[in-house]
Amino acid sequence: MAEITIPIGPQHPALKEPINITLKVEGEVIVEPILRIGYNHRGIEKAMEARSYIQNIYLAERVCGICSHVHSSTLVQGAEELLELEIPRRGLYIRTIFLELERIHSHLLWLGVAAHEVGFDTLFMYTWRDREIVMDLLELISGNRVNYAMNTVGGTRRDINDEQKKKLLKGMDALEERTKYYVKIATTEPTFLKRVEGVGILKKEVAKKLCAVGPTARGSGLRMDIRKDDPYAAYDEIPFEAITSDLCDVMGRTVVRVKELLEAYKIIKYAVNNLPAGEIRKKARRKIPENEILSYTEAPRGELLYYIKSNGTEKPERVKIRTPTLANIPSTIEMLKGGYIADIPIVFAAMDPCIACMDRVILVDKKNNERSMNWEALRRYGIKWYEVKR
Amino acid sequence: MLDKLINWSRVKSPWICHLNTGGCNGCDIEVVASLTPRFDLERFGILIKGTPRHADVLVATGAMTRQIWTRARRIYDQTPEPKFVLAVGSCACSGGVFRGCYNVLGGIDTVMPVNVYVPGCPPRPDAIIFGVLKLLSSLDPKIAKLVEELERKGYGKDIEVKGLTDHGSRKRD
Repeated sequence: MAEITIPIGPQHPALKEPINITLKVEGEVIVEPILRIGYNHRGIEKAMEARSYIQNIYLAERVCGICSHVHSSTLVQGAEELLELEIPRRGLYIRTIFLELERIHSHLLWLGVAAHEVGFDTLFMYTWRDREIVMDLLELISGNRVNYAMNTVGGTRRDINDEQKKKLLKGMDALEERTKYYVKIATTEPTFLKRVEGVGILKKEVAKKLCAVGPTARGSGLRMDIRKDDPYAAYDEIPFEAITSDLCDVMGRTVVRVKELLEAYKIIKYAVNNLPAGEIRKKARRKIPENEILSYTEAPRGELLYYIKSNGTEKPERVKIRTPTLANIPSTIEMLKGGYIADIPIVFAAMDPCIACMDRVILVDKKNNERSMNWEALRRYGIKWYEVKR
Repeated sequence: MLDKLINWSRVKSPWICHLNTGGCNGCDIEVVASLTPRFDLERFGILIKGTPRHADVLVATGAMTRQIWTRARRIYDQTPEPKFVLAVGSCACSGGVFRGCYNVLGGIDTVMPVNVYVPGCPPRPDAIIFGVLKLLSSLDPKIAKLVEELERKGYGKDIEVKGLTDHGSRKRD
């Protein structure tokens, strides 16, 4: 049968973000998916070099609107390590509570989107309704629904009082009950199972070879979770389990995420009940000594890396961001191969893509030997590049 | 008479198409959240549509990046008349924190005319709904009265409306 090429995107109904997938298909079967990314590239890494660390916290939050807290946490964590600063434990606990609240809101959002992609809109409406409980809690403590601005170099900016603690615990109880219902749906509802079982298969060895991260890797049986492997914030003091599943398909990734929700409730309850007394932050110097560091955390989508190079001033010399979505792109291409066209949305959604996170630029082939480009050169490069492409 | 009927149908079911021009996902999620049970934009007859050809209102989020602007322009051209553009979020209004970045052109209005600006990073779903109501207020005196009353109480004053009459009152060809 002849090969046909189908272009999808950048604007398309399945995903909310711009990405272009060109599919070579034979009948209904995908032979080769080609991904074109970069529609969201704004030049954040370069912008970070022109701003101080304190300003960068707020810029890092705007790398991604879903996992905003984890981005700022990773940056702040790196800066704190460069300063060799000891953070008050209360600050770390509050940071951890926010990291987990964010994971809950991200996973609930994902469950809704995944249900929507398989045509199960009732579940979509249910999860998004319950997600409002978390959003209310986040707003109660931080004052904003998406960009919380909780972090600062040296700790957190806002404290949690007793009334907020009570509301947090109450909210977790309500969500736990709802999530148990979702576990039941995700594992027994036949309409859902028919669409996710045996779809988007990623074998354990392949996942390892292609460097999959986060729930995509854990759904293929790889036990990798930075919260366990190299604990940051307060994760070394809080008991929880790293969830894995050996199913290796979309079902496995669903199970991992839903069970991680239950773990997140446990973590928050423990952290709230055992919240240490004392200060929430320490005063930090503005100027950060010359050094370099790789700071990493477990974002809701997988491991998030920040490489920070400081030069003794208030501004970093280089910040490199590697987001989990980019790491999962090769495995997603592998999952799509040999699948059906109808399964594209759910397979793609199963890795929880966050295109806004992922669009970075790397120059591989350079004619001149300059090690870096300045702002103006990059602007000219961009203008030239897209004029040729148009 | 026919105009009245058309106007009535436009007020009761403005379909929207969501367009991400390089946003960070924050506004996009809030746009979707405004369609879910808590906020329920559907009670105004608003439905989210996959294709711009079915849409009356383009809800654009995010700063305009160099790579996407030609596509965004094409999507705007594909939307049938009369069309409205709602810029959601600070980035869509002016470029926000990304203003001046080497790959960012600026706000949505660098590429297409914008009717309503909803600022905020990200704006709450309530603010997005208020922006839509302001858009509809030029078509329906009842909604206009409601918006006026809310504004008197001090709500939504920073949501700017621009050039609605050029689009809204355009006669059928």
